[in-house]
Amino acid sequence: MAYSDKVLDHYQNPRNVGSLDKDDPNVGTGVVGAPECGDVMKLQIKVDDHGSIVDAKFKTYGCGSAIASSSLATEWLKGTTVDAAAEIKNTQIVEELSLPPVKIHCSVLAEDAIKAAIEDWRKKQAAAKGAAAETK
Amino acid sequence: MKTPIYLDYSATTPCDPRVVQRMLPFFTETFGNAASRSHAFGWTAEAAVEEARSQVAQLLGAHPKEILWTSGSTEANNLAIKGTAQMYREKGNHLITAITEHKAVLDPMKHLETQGYEVTWLPVDRKGHVDLDQLRDAITDRTILVSLMAANNEIGTLHPLAEIGAICKQKGTLFHTDATQAAGKIPLDVEAQHVDLLSISAHKMYGPKGVGALYVRRKNPRVRLTSQMDGGGHERGMRSGTLNVTGIVGMGEAARICREEMATEVPKLMALRDRLEQRIMKALPDAVLNGDPQARLPHLTNISFPYVEGESLIMGIKEIAVSSGSACTSASLEPSYVLKGLGLGDELAHSSIRFSLGRFTTEQEVDFAADRLIAEVTRLREMSPLWEMVQEGVDLSQVKWTMH
Ligand SMILES: Cc1ncc(COP(=O)(O)O)c(C=O)c1O
Repeated sequence: MAYSDKVLDHYQNPRNVGSLDKDDPNVGTGVVGAPECGDVMKLQIKVDDHGSIVDAKFKTYGCGSAIASSSLATEWLKGTTVDAAAEIKNTQIVEELSLPPVKIHCSVLAEDAIKAAIEDWRKKQAAAKGAAAETK
Repeated sequence: MKTPIYLDYSATTPCDPRVVQRMLPFFTETFGNAASRSHAFGWTAEAAVEEARSQVAQLLGAHPKEILWTSGSTEANNLAIKGTAQMYREKGNHLITAITEHKAVLDPMKHLETQGYEVTWLPVDRKGHVDLDQLRDAITDRTILVSLMAANNEIGTLHPLAEIGAICKQKGTLFHTDATQAAGKIPLDVEAQHVDLLSISAHKMYGPKGVGALYVRRKNPRVRLTSQMDGGGHERGMRSGTLNVTGIVGMGEAARICREEMATEVPKLMALRDRLEQRIMKALPDAVLNGDPQARLPHLTNISFPYVEGESLIMGIKEIAVSSGSACTSASLEPSYVLKGLGLGDELAHSSIRFSLGRFTTEQEVDFAADRLIAEVTRLREMSPLWEMVQEGVDLSQVKWTMH
């Protein structure tokens, strides 16, 4: 199968591979996919007090397109806001990486991972606020 | 050393240069139609075809008259399975095979199921073997054919042909074996192994693509087939069509070389395969060998690399030409049905690589391939959330994954 140059580039030089402290209240973690389906993505964001994403990391088990989709997602996440991140669509990833139809699920997984990470961060924030209100 | 390094000899082999030399005159000078009875062009072609027939027969311990030319193993399997099913319809409507056979056996069987035949699909154990008692019990007086391959194309597991053949003979049913991967690699003897029909293909044994043969037993019992290709009545009416003389000459020469050199070639292949395997296993101790470590082809190894996905691994080792058990590469997302048939979890099936070595493989190539592979598995593991979880002590089987 022929891969686009951008997929190859992300596969060979993945951006932002790694992990953030998942217990940090400012970190949101999304893990999506399943090993038996051939792909699992872990995507993490670190958010500052203004709702800006200051760091993003990923680890992916999956084909080259899955790795590229998550690598690209972290690039787009860094420096944007949580609200803008929630608007990222898988079709943008498909377009940027020129993914063929059989690989569209990789981009869907990346969108899901972004959403899951944001959701996790929001939950932690709500819990932290609740805890802060109680101690008052 | 030239890259990419070819370690996919089970997919196809290059032609041996001796085979090509033997074939060349048949394109231009001795180009006759083997069925032309009225002139020397035809006689020369026919003589060459008959010489090739006897070379192939010798490789199988058969009589030349028992060899029928086809376009390859797919056609040979179709002819053996559909041809006997139709010919012996009065005897019954039952056939037996195993779930790990090649598609060129499974699909003709499935086709027969739509025509009122019944097929027993035998399961296999973790190493890829059928249970012989289960096979014996499955055979009834309505069973026409048992089709079980000599060697599996993905994992290399060898079926015990002689034992299966003896069971079929005792139970009075025909035995077909797809020996595409086995020919030239392990000794085949249709008499000693009680085989009634056997398929082989030239392009897996250093001959050209598009030519193969079906062995059809002539005595004890005499096997008859309903032809699947009708026309000029070539090959005693069992397979019409002008013979591919050039290809057949190549297949004959390929069979001769395999037979004469097997005794020296096989130990060499095995040593190289073991070298590859040991180097990989030493560096990556949690890699899993798939299939049967004993009863298997000498030139093939199928290994799963947990926590990394096969397609990404193949992509990272593009200097090495190998096959992946993750059919993600072939546009569907299904992992290999053979590996799943062994009871391997999908994730192990997704992370498997088949290495198959051949006549022109060198030690230097094997070492290079092993080292590249080890480096890439290591890199991908660093990127793998599964590997990270396992390092943290998470039991992956207990994780609730989000299916999609
Ligand atoms: C076991 C087995 N049977 C049949 C075939 C099909 O052979 P051919 O390519 O000659 O049709 C192959 C080749 O892929 C094979 O490995």
